[in-house]
Amino acid sequence: MPDSVVNPQLNADGELHHLLSLDGLPRAIIERILLTADSFISVGSREVKSVPLLRGRSVFNLFFENSTRTRTTFEIAAKRLSADVFNLNIAASSATKGESLLDTINNLTAMQADLFVVRHSQGGAPHLIASHVAPHVHVINAGDGRHAHPTQGLLDIYTIRHYKRAFDALSVAVVGDILHSRVARSDLHALRAVGVPDVRAVGPLTLLPDGLESLGVRVFTSLEQGIRDADVVIMLRLQSERMNGALLPSASEYFRKYGLTPEALRAAKPDCIVMHPGPMNRGVEIDSRVADGAHSVILPQVTFGIAVRMAVLSIAASSARFQ
Amino acid sequence: MRIAIETARLIDPAAELDRVAGLYLADGRIAGVGAAPAGFVADRRIDARGLVAAPGLIDLCARMREPGADGALRVEMRAALAGGVTGVVCPPDTDPPLDEPGLVRMLRQRSREAAGARLYPLGALTAGLKGEALAQMCTLAEVGCVAFAQSGALPDDRGTLLNALRYARTFDLPVWLRPVDATLAAGGVAGAGAVAGRLGLPAVPAVAETVALHTIFELQRATGQRPVRVHLCRVSTAAGIELLRAARREGLPVTADVSILHVHGVDTDVGQFDSNWRLDPPLRTQRDRAAIRAALADGTLDAICSDHAPAALEDKLLPFGEAGVGATGLETLLSLLLAWAQSDKVPVLRALSTVTCGPARVLGEDTGTLLVGRKADVVLFDPNETWRVNSESLLSYGKNTPYLGRELAGRVRATIVGGEMRFERAPVGAAA
Repeated sequence: MPDSVVNPQLNADGELHHLLSLDGLPRAIIERILLTADSFISVGSREVKSVPLLRGRSVFNLFFENSTRTRTTFEIAAKRLSADVFNLNIAASSATKGESLLDTINNLTAMQADLFVVRHSQGGAPHLIASHVAPHVHVINAGDGRHAHPTQGLLDIYTIRHYKRAFDALSVAVVGDILHSRVARSDLHALRAVGVPDVRAVGPLTLLPDGLESLGVRVFTSLEQGIRDADVVIMLRLQSERMNGALLPSASEYFRKYGLTPEALRAAKPDCIVMHPGPMNRGVEIDSRVADGAHSVILPQVTFGIAVRMAVLSIAASSARFQ
Repeated sequence: MRIAIETARLIDPAAELDRVAGLYLADGRIAGVGAAPAGFVADRRIDARGLVAAPGLIDLCARMREPGADGALRVEMRAALAGGVTGVVCPPDTDPPLDEPGLVRMLRQRSREAAGARLYPLGALTAGLKGEALAQMCTLAEVGCVAFAQSGALPDDRGTLLNALRYARTFDLPVWLRPVDATLAAGGVAGAGAVAGRLGLPAVPAVAETVALHTIFELQRATGQRPVRVHLCRVSTAAGIELLRAARREGLPVTADVSILHVHGVDTDVGQFDSNWRLDPPLRTQRDRAAIRAALADGTLDAICSDHAPAALEDKLLPFGEAGVGATGLETLLSLLLAWAQSDKVPVLRALSTVTCGPARVLGEDTGTLLVGRKADVVLFDPNETWRVNSESLLSYGKNTPYLGRELAGRVRATIVGGEMRFERAPVGAAA
């Protein structure tokens, strides 16, 4: 007897209030984020690298799980919007003292926070926070468990759009540890949402979750078949703790079967682009000759990531919560 | 105390009785159905027009939080009575586990003092429930344990499990097991399938249940020509139910229950990480739920339990994977049972059998019926009265339920245990 599920990310006017997941996010909102990001691309190359859109607003980076890269890109994005940015490494403070997640949030809200950028090892943590914060506070998911990493998904489709212009004739393959990857889930939702007709997931059966077909994804266990004639190949990071053990026998065997080498890449289209959310394991999921080669757009992804995060922060912050 | 319950709709699944008549209780027993016995003079007459009188509910799994939280048993016993439950089976996963006769004696003593439902304690199958050494089953049976259980997943050490089953068989003691393979279920928080895949929640595959069932049945066969009696707690998958059917056909002495939440809930109810639906076993698919409902209707499953697991609300205010497991359930059991009967057009007689004579048969008790001469455990309820589930209406310590805030039909008005009026929500019908 489920109640009808309302989208917890949108306010009563259908505007983006929180960004928790790309699952179920209307295409119009995704497109608005991409367009807004376009306008921020130039900001980074100006002498004065900031705009005053979030002046006087407080952005709290709450990282319950360590991450330097994502936190830094959010910090840069918020600072370029002129927000006051506070970085809290919760993993090393409250959580270890036994303070509950919601107590931490209540305390920080009392410090006049306007936006929380949250990373947490548990899927759904940002949803829990979003359902308990004061109505004026916005929550941006910077990665929760294996669930979602929506800004990564957005920057990935932004990158694809930059190089391929249109989505409606593309084949995109996501390769590697889909099971444990929040990036993969957000990418798959994003790709389907913007209308990519051929979305593929590629990996060994130990790293593929149930139900991928229900997301409109074609599943392949062979790298060669999975990236054949692909326009875009997105490689996923293989966590080091998964390289040797119950899921995979060794990093070297993984590289032989799923590592993206120049030879393997020949199966894809000649003008294909290769992406990776970083940090890369060279020689595990990707060969250096590909990572640094002509098809790679891995570094532009990072640059676009800042513009996309600026877009998300500014759009969310400009929405009001009407109860 | 002699009680006359007049013009009630009597529903007794064991006797296939469903008609408006009088029910007469004397000396703790059912003294008459339809007509009062000769010379019966009531101390109290209840005009039960519009109410159902049925055997008190028997709940095969309710955690009463003792040992562990002092004074909790009294509270949970009130909740049991408020839910029309007159018999509760307490699993041994208490703190400390029920593996010592002294603990069982203490629990029974406190239960007598609480004057609530009848208490049926399950003893630990292995010392400390660790799955390593056998618990003192005979001694525990002598102080009142009705069966022996492992509570969690099957012990990894199958040798010890086989020995425990053989030892229990020696003394004809029943064993209650949860069909869960620990290594296959390890780390899982949601039922495997599209929903867990989409949310990225670590999943418990259906094979965690089917592999465990194969193991249980095979070890059960290895206990001899007349195998040990096994009760399976909370079967959750369609494939598991098929294995249960096959074991029944083969003649293995096996019974099984399911939790009421699995009669209603499916994996999609988890929605956006609703931790009130974090259950063990996890919610499964529509197909599994359909198989559970079919198995209840055809009698493959013997009983529905509440799987009552009262916990502080803070335990649920955590991300899904860290949230407390389970739900408070004694007080919603009857309403949710009636909701199932209504939605699936199951006769109320059949539905009630899963919480009365069904669980009584599992326990080998002669309660769970209104037959003359049996213990006078009776619930009086209004099947049409609605009530809202909230922290005020629930008497249990636990307010953790996915039905919080919801309105349910079917309200218990009075609960009688052993002929004694132990619970009345408000004074019920003084006969004119």
